[in-house]
Amino acid sequence: MRTKHVASFALLALAASTIAAGPAPRAGSVSGTVTFTGTPPKMMKIDMAKEPSCEKQHPTPVMTESVVTGPGSTLANVVVYVSAGDQPGPAPSATVRYDQKGCEYIPHVAVMHVGQPLEIYNNDQTSHNIHPLAKANPEWNKSQPAGSPPIKATYDKPEFIAVKCNVHPWMHGYFAVLATAHFATSDGNGKFTIPDLPPGKYTLIAWHERFGTQTQEVTVGESEAKADFVFKALPY
Amino acid sequence: MGKLLALILAVITAVSAGVFIARVWWLPPDISVLGAGIDHQLGETMVASGVLFVVSQLVLALFVWQYADVGDNRPIKTFPGGATPMVVMATVLVGIEILVLTLVGTKVWAGIFLSPPDPNALHIDVQAEQFAYYFRYPGPDGKFGVPHPELIDDGNGNFFGLDPANDTTARDDIVSASLVVPVNRPVLLTLHAKDVGHAFYVPDLRIQQDFVPGLVIPLQFTATETVKKEIVCTQLCGLGHFNMRAYLEVKPPDQFAQWLTEQAAQ
Repeated sequence: MRTKHVASFALLALAASTIAAGPAPRAGSVSGTVTFTGTPPKMMKIDMAKEPSCEKQHPTPVMTESVVTGPGSTLANVVVYVSAGDQPGPAPSATVRYDQKGCEYIPHVAVMHVGQPLEIYNNDQTSHNIHPLAKANPEWNKSQPAGSPPIKATYDKPEFIAVKCNVHPWMHGYFAVLATAHFATSDGNGKFTIPDLPPGKYTLIAWHERFGTQTQEVTVGESEAKADFVFKALPY
Repeated sequence: MGKLLALILAVITAVSAGVFIARVWWLPPDISVLGAGIDHQLGETMVASGVLFVVSQLVLALFVWQYADVGDNRPIKTFPGGATPMVVMATVLVGIEILVLTLVGTKVWAGIFLSPPDPNALHIDVQAEQFAYYFRYPGPDGKFGVPHPELIDDGNGNFFGLDPANDTTARDDIVSASLVVPVNRPVLLTLHAKDVGHAFYVPDLRIQQDFVPGLVIPLQFTATETVKKEIVCTQLCGLGHFNMRAYLEVKPPDQFAQWLTEQAAQ
């Protein structure tokens, strides 16, 4: 009898909330291209001779990834996110995956919502010791021998966290922990799209690990809004 | 029982000495100019300490054989000549032996650590860190950029803390994860440690030297054979210590010059 009451209450509440919210407005999106002016620094060849199991996974040498450029002076690995204008929501339950493969971090920048579960995998035949250099969040480092289960973690405060491996000094990546679920990372052609953005006015921030941040106001209607970013690159 | 113990002592002594005499686990062949002196010194030390070891162990075995089963269980009240002179004499004798070995060995040691570097030596700067080595060559301008520890940025390949934006001599510095040197040319390494103590050990070169954070330690060698050998860390430096290594590649002069040109072109 009691169970039945609870169930009908829940149904009633659900119906009420649906009516109150009304039909969801059609979501728009923001897309654009990230480019740079000036001369970017030369990326360096990574020598993995001391870790043969990783070295043999790369027929061509791996380069450092702090500035990854694409055709037409485009810039990859730029995190574009909504910094003002959207409603705070719960953390997505989907797990963010971060891989250590061939003694590299994949992706180079992992973007996640505050509180979103993160899983770090070691796909290599060697030990890694991942060390996210968090400042606002607690800092830790964890050893992960070959074949270990993934390391699970979450971050409670928004922060861009540089990540390094205490065993392989060349390994370098970032965790971008954001207070919004609306973000995108520019691809190899500098392109990004932030989908599912309700119509409204937003402030966008584009972050690059070497060139800093750019801010832009954007108004999203029912169609696709545009926002291009231009960073100033310095060779050193 | 006492006779069995004496036999075991004698057998252990013979087997231990035999392992050294037969050179079962010996050092790899020497490939350096100074190695012969070190090997000679090592041999003298081995003979001096080996003879004493064998003699003292056999005397011990002899006494055990002779006196263990006499059936007299009374504790020893007196020691022939008294215990104090015996201990003093043993200490002085061992002390003299060590002192003589040190004095004799100083010549070889000083040849490595105290002689001024050869004016034609190839100067290579070394950075040791958890858990890798990096080697820096001055590049085409022949000058090293000034290192700034606060600028060290491993993820971006700046292992030495160079400042290419403001320091033009740093722009052409060559940084390698392998130590590549020309054969038969003196090499001068300057050792830096970024974080904790490490060591540079190449048994084939007969050199082993610690890195000490805050100190710049010079180390010289001349390789006499074209080889590829492992450089290993022999100071426990953290959880990745087991994996801290690099390669020494000794190349003919022309191949070395070619390698250097290739590196500079990058």
